[in-house]
Amino acid sequence: MAPVPAREARSDERVSTSRRNVIEVEGLTRRFGDFTAVDDVSFAVGEGEVFAFLGPNGAGKSTTINMLCTLAKPTAGRVRVAGFDVSARPKAVRRNIGLVFQEQTLDEQLTARENLRFHAVLYRVPREEVDERIERVLELVDLSDRRDDLVSEFSGGMARRLEIARALMHVPRVLFLDEPTIGLDPQTRALMWEDVLRLREEANVTVFLTTHYMDEAEYADRIAIIDRGRIVALDTPEALKEAVGADTVDLGTTDDRLATAALERSGYRVEVVSDGVRVFVENGANAVAALIACVEVPVLNVHVHRPTLDDVFLHFTGREIRESHASSLPARVRAWHGRRR
Amino acid sequence: MSAAALPTAPAERRDTVLRDELRTTRMVWLRELIRFERTRTRILSGLIQPLLFLVVLGYGMSGLVGTTAGFDFKKFMFPGIMAMSVVTTAIFSGMSIVWDREFGFLREMLVAPTSRASLALGKTAGGATVAATQGTIMLVLAPLIGVHLTALLVVEIIGLELLMAIALTAFGVFIATHIQKMEGFQVVMQMLLFPMIFLSGALFPLNGLPGWLTVLTRINPLTYAVAPLRQVVFAAQNMPAAARARFPSTVKLFGHTLPIGVEIAIVVIFAATFITLAIRGFSQTE
Repeated sequence: MAPVPAREARSDERVSTSRRNVIEVEGLTRRFGDFTAVDDVSFAVGEGEVFAFLGPNGAGKSTTINMLCTLAKPTAGRVRVAGFDVSARPKAVRRNIGLVFQEQTLDEQLTARENLRFHAVLYRVPREEVDERIERVLELVDLSDRRDDLVSEFSGGMARRLEIARALMHVPRVLFLDEPTIGLDPQTRALMWEDVLRLREEANVTVFLTTHYMDEAEYADRIAIIDRGRIVALDTPEALKEAVGADTVDLGTTDDRLATAALERSGYRVEVVSDGVRVFVENGANAVAALIACVEVPVLNVHVHRPTLDDVFLHFTGREIRESHASSLPARVRAWHGRRR
Repeated sequence: MSAAALPTAPAERRDTVLRDELRTTRMVWLRELIRFERTRTRILSGLIQPLLFLVVLGYGMSGLVGTTAGFDFKKFMFPGIMAMSVVTTAIFSGMSIVWDREFGFLREMLVAPTSRASLALGKTAGGATVAATQGTIMLVLAPLIGVHLTALLVVEIIGLELLMAIALTAFGVFIATHIQKMEGFQVVMQMLLFPMIFLSGALFPLNGLPGWLTVLTRINPLTYAVAPLRQVVFAAQNMPAAARARFPSTVKLFGHTLPIGVEIAIVVIFAATFITLAIRGFSQTE
């Protein structure tokens, strides 16, 4: 997985004022009978931002994204996407957004180019721009050399990247990705993310995505953690991790007792763990040299641990995300594969 | 919330909207043709069933029915089998929306900022073109059966096949928008398509049947699609009066022989009705 670029940590800003908002959500609620799938959710997404909705299955992610994309009607609340109200101007919203669904929606009996052309017509891309756009989006996802191949010959990852390319055909202001990497292997997921980040740079498109993969949310500028229909935390990945706690450095030494004593004398917060000494510091990587100098006994091994989003999720919801989605994941992966002819 | 006011899109001009919708219809139509052209095995298998009917049933029954003034049962069946091929392909094409749904592509169409009517019309036009083409391919068998073709006859056949195909593709689209699962497809085929074909006069003359069967055949809209096709084919053949009496091509309703214009009008009404229903069904699909 590519290293996460350090981003400027911002304070909790549910309402972003620093730049123009392309998504504005106020008091969004969706009820199915007695069940409240989305419960009074408010947030805003600025232009050019990569914004992730992170949560387990059934947390309300898909319901929210569907309402943002005009595919479901809110029970209450107000949503504006690209300047248009989703309830009043659904077609205007759809013209300004690109959609990539969880399940594949390509025609596998058509070539990549034919799929893109079909989309261009449906989304009213001016005739004289179609060919140029096709070449451009295929380049963005690195599929130019497969343009005339049937989609049925594509791998799952290639098909997914083609869907992203297709969603960009009509130059949307916001790209919605609902669980974009489900069913893809880690390498393909990383490739897909390179595409997404590149097109943010090159096409200045705002990206809104849902995911239940922690490592995937790391790519986002800001993350909203959603649990049982509510946003329980919203911030940059860095800020969210800082909210959870400090880094830890585990040291394995020839004499852990002496090491502990030496560290405590120097004012470190220390804990003895099964295979060594755990030290709590602000920045683990920077503290290693000082710690080794401090312990006074030979150090056998060092392990620096930064809080992960798993820790963040656990902190805010009291549960681990893996437990909550483990049971339903295989079924969905199967559903994905079942769709491929 | 800092509601950054974005300029709203200017109201689109009517003619631009219409041109865009037509472009959509054309694209959906084109997709059907591309898919048809790409599945050569299906074109071939689409020929095999009618061929079986024509050769096996045709030859088998010819022995029983006999030859009247050089005209046999195979020649009688030929237009019927052609119609059968068109009808089957048309309903299949219309109902391919069920596959589109299953494989996800329907969603790509439905979420687009375009009118559902354009999509339904494109699907109908595409399916109809494919079905009429499939029916017209059957003409290669005409010399084998001894059916004489003229340029005018070919034009008439293609015209009637197109009308029939439009009506039944729209019918298929309408049904497809009302079934959610693939299983429903089989049921429709067994419960609707086969009875409709058997009761249409495609395989046997419709005059002089028992009362209940007469009623069933007369309420079957396909009857009025098959009869004109047979009438134009027979009109181009050198048929003695005895053969015409032995193998009637017309439909009698309440003791009156229906003129070809009325039959065609019935099919036009059938087509218009189901195009309307197909558009409505498509518009209500989620």
